[in-house]
Amino acid sequence: MVWILLFYSTGKAVATIQQGGGIKIKTVNTTAITEAVARMSQEANYYLGQDVLEGFQKALDEEISVTGKEILQQLIENANIAREELVPMCQDTGYAVIFVELGQDVRIEGGDFYEAIHEGVRRGYTEGYLRKSIVSHPLERKNTGDNTPAVIHTKIVPGETLRIIIAPKGGGSENMSQIKMLKPADGIEGVKKFVIDTVRAAGPNPCPPIVVGVGIGGTFEKCAQLAKEALLRELGEKSKYPDIAKLEEELFEEINKLGIGPQGLGGKTTALAVNVEIYAAHIASLPVAVNLNCHAARHKETVF
Amino acid sequence: MTQIRLTTPLTDEDVEKLRIGQRVSLNGTIYTGRDAAHKRLVELIAQGKELPFDPKGQVIYYVGPTPAKPGAVIGSAGPTTSYRMDSYAPKLYELGLKASIGKGRRSEGVINALKENKGVYFAAVGGAAALISRSIKSCKVIAYPDLGAEAIHELVVEDFPVIVVNDTLGGDLYDEGIKIYAAK
Ligand code: SF4
Repeated sequence: MVWILLFYSTGKAVATIQQGGGIKIKTVNTTAITEAVARMSQEANYYLGQDVLEGFQKALDEEISVTGKEILQQLIENANIAREELVPMCQDTGYAVIFVELGQDVRIEGGDFYEAIHEGVRRGYTEGYLRKSIVSHPLERKNTGDNTPAVIHTKIVPGETLRIIIAPKGGGSENMSQIKMLKPADGIEGVKKFVIDTVRAAGPNPCPPIVVGVGIGGTFEKCAQLAKEALLRELGEKSKYPDIAKLEEELFEEINKLGIGPQGLGGKTTALAVNVEIYAAHIASLPVAVNLNCHAARHKETVF
Repeated sequence: MTQIRLTTPLTDEDVEKLRIGQRVSLNGTIYTGRDAAHKRLVELIAQGKELPFDPKGQVIYYVGPTPAKPGAVIGSAGPTTSYRMDSYAPKLYELGLKASIGKGRRSEGVINALKENKGVYFAAVGGAAALISRSIKSCKVIAYPDLGAEAIHELVVEDFPVIVVNDTLGGDLYDEGIKIYAAK
């Protein structure tokens, strides 16, 4: 058995070498990575995505509460000021959460890849007059002064492109997020109940209208990551699985019946979207994670 | 909707007439403070020491602004979630604080402190930070500069827009809003 495995791996390695001349390897310099991260940190905080702005407009048309309408108008005006004056739309410019998709045929040169990302955050947050919201030790709580470190999630994917996404994440909505290990017997009803209970308990705190990211399946930590990844989706983009797209639709309707409304002051617009991501689960488990994002649903990406 | 115009420092009469859901435009000096500054203020109170400002009649805004760009008075300055200050706030209301501004629900302890000490809790629109900054006319750090964005700033505001969420009678706009708009 051992012999076969060794032989197999050697065969592969040789094959790779033989193909070497044909495979294109892209080289990306860490200086370019730092520059991209610095630029995106600022852009994500100044320019609210068109999808969110359209979400505000749609909600404004449908909202029945006068206060709710006023708030939605203010959020549109706020996004316009931020865009025109290049100032952050929200004072909480977030924890810099970075998703990397690294093509396996990409070579990074010029230094430490992760350090290049942290340096980009450091520069972006300093040069862009963004708030420094990170403390180095969760209990001692001393501010690092430059918003580093970033939280970095890396995936190795086929191909020769490097994709970097930054999603600055505010503390107010992050603090209202929850995870629970349900029993398989709890099924879809259990999942729905947990998501709705989480949104209800959050009430006004995560700055509604919110985007609800849900992860179902995987292990404890995989599930939480799925919920975060769900927040990266453009608003209006549905799950590729028909049954999950239907679940998203049902959750969206039920959440907007809660009455929480813009800023929790009452109304129909509690969520702008509900995005669900799934993964295979253990026969004994049904993990569900709910990651709430505020209306400052920020993300920007660069592809090398 | 009609707005009530108030100028700080606030009196008991000013806040007693406020009711949940009313729009208020605040004018005059207000102070900023978040978790870390509140912790220090309450420690000073426990030690019987003088505070960096006298809370009597004053308003505290729960905010940690972004750094000001060159030439700007202040950066973006929207409210932070208030419940993190719930364990500290009653002490300040006891010392005469008349209002706090933030976003999100307050604890029963704070709601009782508002009733007992004639205080109110206002909400500003969370995440409307660039818009809110326009009503801030001056800004200076008066205590704890080591806390950066969390330092205590003295702000002068003009027509700073807030909504009454908890009044002196124990009303709660968040509860009322849900009662009205939840689908039966
Ligand atoms: S929850 Fe979002 S919008 Fe609200 S203060 Fe935090 S970052 Fe800003």
